[in-house]
Amino acid sequence: MIDPDVLRIETDLVVAALFQRYGLDFRQYSRASLERRLLGLVEKLHLQHVTDLIPRLLHEPGFVDRMVNGIAVNVTEPFRDPECFSAIRQHVFPVLRTYPYFKIWHAGCASGEEVYSMAILLKEAGLLDRAQIYATDINTDALARARDGIYPVESIARGEKNYLAAGGTGRLADYTLQQYGSARFDSSLRENMVFSQHNVVSDEVFGEMVLVMCRNVLIYFERELQNRVIDLFQRSLVHRGFIALGAKESLQHITGGAAFECLDRHARLYRAI
Amino acid sequence: MRYDAIAIGGSHGSFDVLLRTFGEFSGIELPPIFVAIHIPRGSAPDFVTHFNTRCGCRMLEVEDKQVPMNNSIYLAPGGYHALIERDRSLSLSSDGPVNHAQPSIDVLLESAALAYGNRLLAVLLTGASSDGAAGMERVHALGGTTVVQDPRTAKAPVMPQAAIDRFQPDYLVAPEMLARTIISLAGETQE
Repeated sequence: MIDPDVLRIETDLVVAALFQRYGLDFRQYSRASLERRLLGLVEKLHLQHVTDLIPRLLHEPGFVDRMVNGIAVNVTEPFRDPECFSAIRQHVFPVLRTYPYFKIWHAGCASGEEVYSMAILLKEAGLLDRAQIYATDINTDALARARDGIYPVESIARGEKNYLAAGGTGRLADYTLQQYGSARFDSSLRENMVFSQHNVVSDEVFGEMVLVMCRNVLIYFERELQNRVIDLFQRSLVHRGFIALGAKESLQHITGGAAFECLDRHARLYRAI
Repeated sequence: MRYDAIAIGGSHGSFDVLLRTFGEFSGIELPPIFVAIHIPRGSAPDFVTHFNTRCGCRMLEVEDKQVPMNNSIYLAPGGYHALIERDRSLSLSSDGPVNHAQPSIDVLLESAALAYGNRLLAVLLTGASSDGAAGMERVHALGGTTVVQDPRTAKAPVMPQAAIDRFQPDYLVAPEMLARTIISLAGETQE
């Protein structure tokens, strides 16, 4: 059976191996979730101990990617939290209209459902042609799924209600090609999207963004790392740029939070002052 | 107090059991109570309002990095897992359903067991899935005290039965005895 103190030490050692060998910094990830993901990986790989991950991490080529993809997991769905999208339509779209060309960054885009959601709303507002959408994640599996834009038809069907609640004017399914239980988002939505691997913990600024969407990423970080990531976003934004967070995240206790005004408390939408 | 926290999981049918139970806690000093029941995304505020109105309790929705307090009940929001960190602060994750559920009872209980060890009182109620059974087993293994609703009194016996099939709980109780059991184990009369 699990010994909590041993598990804590084992987690520290795995985190140290990731950092020292690959520069991947999980040192300030919230531990409870990290420990759970590591235990899940141990079970999936039929290993005995969390520390059994270390030799594979150090000696087996490519194992590090499997591991990162196993621990940095975030699951989302089309138009998750529709109030967030409708608040963006209400507060951000009028500002986007004033730009001939603008950039949006989905930091931690996971499997990409929300990136396509955003593109659909932009398209319906006649703004998609002016948009450059950057979608990044540390998890390469998730990023590949985002790039493909193929989801189970049930996921699209479940998204219809949220799509309407977000202010959608058509049918979500009409933006997809459906075949054999899978739905692929229309390639016209993808034209202005750029997918790339990016680690908000260690990588650099993505410049001149009008809107940074970073939803359900901060919850995995300890407070100090949250402060650093918000600082990175702040430096990535244009003057008076916007940040949209997950429904359970806020800038309230963040050091740099005072540099933002909250536009919609419920939707967690903020704007640089 | 003999316990530093109470964690409660339940699903189908557990809402009524909790309403009844929390209504009997007034005037009793209790450690923080964490609750994971299978509720849909976005519904937690309604549940919180309902419980607080009906039971006169102090229920809050779990927030990330929150430090739990005595005499307060923390409800895991729909669409997220609620976890207890080793420093006993609360955290949230959104890494997908566990046992088809988010929040999952296993996720709450397994992390709570690591954080609280033998200072945890864990309760598993009626429900139609086996979520929570593995979590209760870990609580038991790490020295915590386990209370399971008697499956014969459960609206959906699958959940409590799944726990019983894995280990022998310390207490098997009917809903009308649950408040009294928790108070006698973990409560103190308020001065």
